[in-house]
Amino acid sequence: MISQIVVIVTTVKLLFIPLYHSTDFEVHRNWLAITHNLTLDKWYYDNTSEWTLDYPPFFAWLEFVMSFVAKHFDPQMLYLTNLNYKSDMTILFQRLSVIFLDFVYVYSVKRLSSFIGDGKLLVFILLMSCPGLLMIDHIHFQYNGFLFGILLYSISHIIENNCLIAAFWFAVLLNLKHIFLYVAPVYIVYLFRAYCFTISSVDGVHTPWYSFSLTNLFKLAFTVIFVFGLSFGPFIYHIPQILSRLFPFKRGLCHAYWAPNFWAIYNFVDKVLQTIGTKLGLLRIPRAEASMTGGLVQQYDHAVLPSITPTMTIVLTVVTMIPALIKLWHLCADRRYRVLSFVRCMVVCAACSFLFGWHVHEKAILMILVPLTFLSVLGDVDGKQFLILTTVGNYSLFPLLYPKNLFSIKFFILLTHVALAFVNIRTLYEPAKVKGGRRIRVLRLPMLRQIESLYLYGLIVLCVYDNAIHALWGLDKTLPFLPLMLTSVYCSVGVIYVWLCYYYYFLTFNVSQVPTVCSVNLAEKYKKTS
Amino acid sequence: MTRRADPDKFTVTKQALLPGILFSLLVRWCVAAYPYSGYKKPPMHGDFEAQRHWQEITVHTPVLKWYHNTTQNDLQYWGLDYPPLTAYHSLLMGLVADWLEPESVRLFASRGYESDSHKTFMRWTVFLSDIYLYVTAVLCICIDAERVLGKEPKEPKCVLKRTDISTTLFLLYPGIILIDYGHFQYNCVSLGFFLWATFFIIAIKNDTLATIFFVLALNYKQMELYHALPFFFYLLRKCFIGMPLGRGKLSHFVRCFNKLAVAVIATFVIVWYPFLKGWEHIFQLVHRLFPLDRGIFEDKVSNVWCMVNVFIKLKTIYSNQEMAKTCLLITAMAAGPACADLFFRINIKKFVPCLINVSLAFFLFSFQVHEKSILLAAIPVALYFPEDPFMCFWFLLVSTFSMLPLLLKDGLLLPFIASTVIYTSFYSICLKLSQPNSGYFSIFNANRVNKIVYPNKKDSSHVLTFLSLIFVISVVGMVLLTVGTVFVKPPPHLPHLFPLLISAYSCVHFLFFFFYFYYQQFSLPMCLPCVSQKQKRK
Repeated sequence: MISQIVVIVTTVKLLFIPLYHSTDFEVHRNWLAITHNLTLDKWYYDNTSEWTLDYPPFFAWLEFVMSFVAKHFDPQMLYLTNLNYKSDMTILFQRLSVIFLDFVYVYSVKRLSSFIGDGKLLVFILLMSCPGLLMIDHIHFQYNGFLFGILLYSISHIIENNCLIAAFWFAVLLNLKHIFLYVAPVYIVYLFRAYCFTISSVDGVHTPWYSFSLTNLFKLAFTVIFVFGLSFGPFIYHIPQILSRLFPFKRGLCHAYWAPNFWAIYNFVDKVLQTIGTKLGLLRIPRAEASMTGGLVQQYDHAVLPSITPTMTIVLTVVTMIPALIKLWHLCADRRYRVLSFVRCMVVCAACSFLFGWHVHEKAILMILVPLTFLSVLGDVDGKQFLILTTVGNYSLFPLLYPKNLFSIKFFILLTHVALAFVNIRTLYEPAKVKGGRRIRVLRLPMLRQIESLYLYGLIVLCVYDNAIHALWGLDKTLPFLPLMLTSVYCSVGVIYVWLCYYYYFLTFNVSQVPTVCSVNLAEKYKKTS
Repeated sequence: MTRRADPDKFTVTKQALLPGILFSLLVRWCVAAYPYSGYKKPPMHGDFEAQRHWQEITVHTPVLKWYHNTTQNDLQYWGLDYPPLTAYHSLLMGLVADWLEPESVRLFASRGYESDSHKTFMRWTVFLSDIYLYVTAVLCICIDAERVLGKEPKEPKCVLKRTDISTTLFLLYPGIILIDYGHFQYNCVSLGFFLWATFFIIAIKNDTLATIFFVLALNYKQMELYHALPFFFYLLRKCFIGMPLGRGKLSHFVRCFNKLAVAVIATFVIVWYPFLKGWEHIFQLVHRLFPLDRGIFEDKVSNVWCMVNVFIKLKTIYSNQEMAKTCLLITAMAAGPACADLFFRINIKKFVPCLINVSLAFFLFSFQVHEKSILLAAIPVALYFPEDPFMCFWFLLVSTFSMLPLLLKDGLLLPFIASTVIYTSFYSICLKLSQPNSGYFSIFNANRVNKIVYPNKKDSSHVLTFLSLIFVISVVGMVLLTVGTVFVKPPPHLPHLFPLLISAYSCVHFLFFFFYFYYQQFSLPMCLPCVSQKQKRK
């Protein structure tokens, strides 16, 4: 059935070709032109367009390779000064390149889902129909599917205990898009514990320091350094310039649309306090700097609460990650379940970075969602948290596709995916028929508690407000950014809730209480390969 | 694909229903993002402009002037030529449009009005009509198909009769999606009413409600006359059933018949009420509905007359009047046997095949046929799908393909290909659900497909193998013709070469299907429908 599903999903992607695309389309076109026309040493200096190259070198090489195919579609798109050029052939080429590179993702998903017992096909369908990826890659325009394909491929090798290959592919991934640094600590801890110590554990708790293998460490280090050398070697004299492009700390705390993270709530509280303060006459703030959601990426000082600096966000992120990493170190002692713990820890750490990071894009929610989708059939808590997060997280991406005529498309993409998830994940955990009278569950979603269901229903209200009532009340003139702010704040509540629950679940996870409801043949797989 | 038994261990329950329906709605919206007919093509635009114009007319002129040529209502510019229910529907939507975006329905000033928000609005009107009438009707019919199955536990369960699968498959049929959401029409309304009427006949067996809904369908689009004969003969025959022995036969018949007659007349009166103020209004309306002067066909239609026209120029030799009479006679001859069979050898299972046969007869032989009219034959075929998936799927593919010239004109090539591929893939999934070891292209194997319906049949028949071969050839032909139409430039002296080839190709198919479904209908035995209510009353 896999081939049919791949065909269906790919066809839907094809249908999206002539739809709206964001400025990222022009960004990638510009990069094609830069890499095609300029010599290596100028790639990271060119600023003909405002969309300068700010991905690591491997991605630039990818664009370089693609530009040779692009030449056959329409050579004009490769002119450096041809800004905002979008002929039909250009659109066709760019869209097809995304769809074509997505087959990496398809392959990895197929590989990954083959490790699962029950719900194999379900995971495949859920990952293939991930609304975030469909919306961002195929309407908004980016190459996330390809990147996540490599991430999943790397994870699949971790599951098979091929640590070196996994490390290699993760290093490649880091050199394609540096946002995956978010989960790098998980890889470091895991590889160090699971690969550099040859004996897993004696009693399951203490670390057998004597079994530390220097050879393995060297192998690992060599692999990673080799990849980085390959990537940055040609640019050896331009590394400071590249780094300044890759990590633009000059940008603000939040992206144009607030990502639904901790800072969204922080800003919101600041905003509310400011309004109350001015109303009561306690504060005097010049009106000019009152807009933070103005769509411009720039620095901003908070009015009431202390302003946030990049260092603070980094410290906060690291501090929140540390407990999870320590837990992972201990969980790695058990051979059978350490791969699952690895993926779980990846979810937690991605969530930490997402919530507390500096200038987080809303698209980064996919880094939490994609691994969590894989876990959704492997444990009831995972499944439950996945259900909440997939609804909230994907909903929070809606503002990205703002044209009105896209509303129904994104709405039905999400609904289809959510319906698939809600009706099918339940069947894995809940007994088919409860003996004795069925409890009446008014408006309660499967597997969720009443309050969580209500929260998700709140999204419908929010959706109606944002798309209809706000304009009907005429507020779109005076408060144009209110819907965006409401969406981010409302969604961030859900994301933080999921993060807290999941963090608690991960920290209290005890290997002796492994879920018995679903059969995981990961352990068997592990035995076979090792 | 691996050949192990059920490698995916995926148990689809009825719970695939919700995702399936939502997915089919997603496909609808994806198609809706494409241009409509006559998009940015002044001065006449296309069907979209016609619908918009009707809203403008119905909102701004009095009811009695809707069908008359007045200074405010220029009938030459997309005059209203559908029955009153369409006009009321337009009025309703027009009032909403007037509230949301008054510019779009301003009298005269709004001609050729095009804006993104208005397009979105119009798409939403189709979508809501679709949801309320067509989707619900399909859902009810499919639920009933499974319910009937539940009553007969001996019969092995057929995948295509499961509610979720059959509903999704029905809703994904590309033809109606492309015409309603791409080209822009409201076929979902008339076909929705028609499906409701069918539902009341085959499931609930409530003849009065069926009559009312069918009259509503007829009052939305006069094209529903294609379906009128089976309804008429079936309901008429039912009046003869349950007659008391001895005396009172006539009164029983009159009572049954009267019930239906009252329903028909009452519905007609209600719908036509505003026009009943004088005969001239009614005549004008009827004249608008059946314009004899528009010729035997427009553009290239895959029916018999269009084929004959290649060799004998019908339009020049015969007058429209003569042609109309000939058409009427031949259509009656083609549809007659099916109706007679339904009447004399009544069987509720014959109702849907009879609908197919009669509507195909009308499509192939009647006067003034549009290429979109194939939908009227395609929807009964989609109803018949679970009984004979192989042939029905083939028919539905051809029916979509026959509209290709029209779709190309509207710039809907990509949606055409995509929705067809999605439909085929989903059908392939159905096959895989019933036979886990089948591959993607097992749909071409008639023997295998027929095992879904008759799982107990072991041996494969040569006829079916032969049919499979023809199916493959037919699909390859369709693909080649599509490629040819898109990429090959026709010779200058034959500009309409490819549309004509497509019509001819589809027409040959439709004739073949016509005979096939006739055979299917006649091979069903007679079986009196039970009339339980009346027996109880006795």
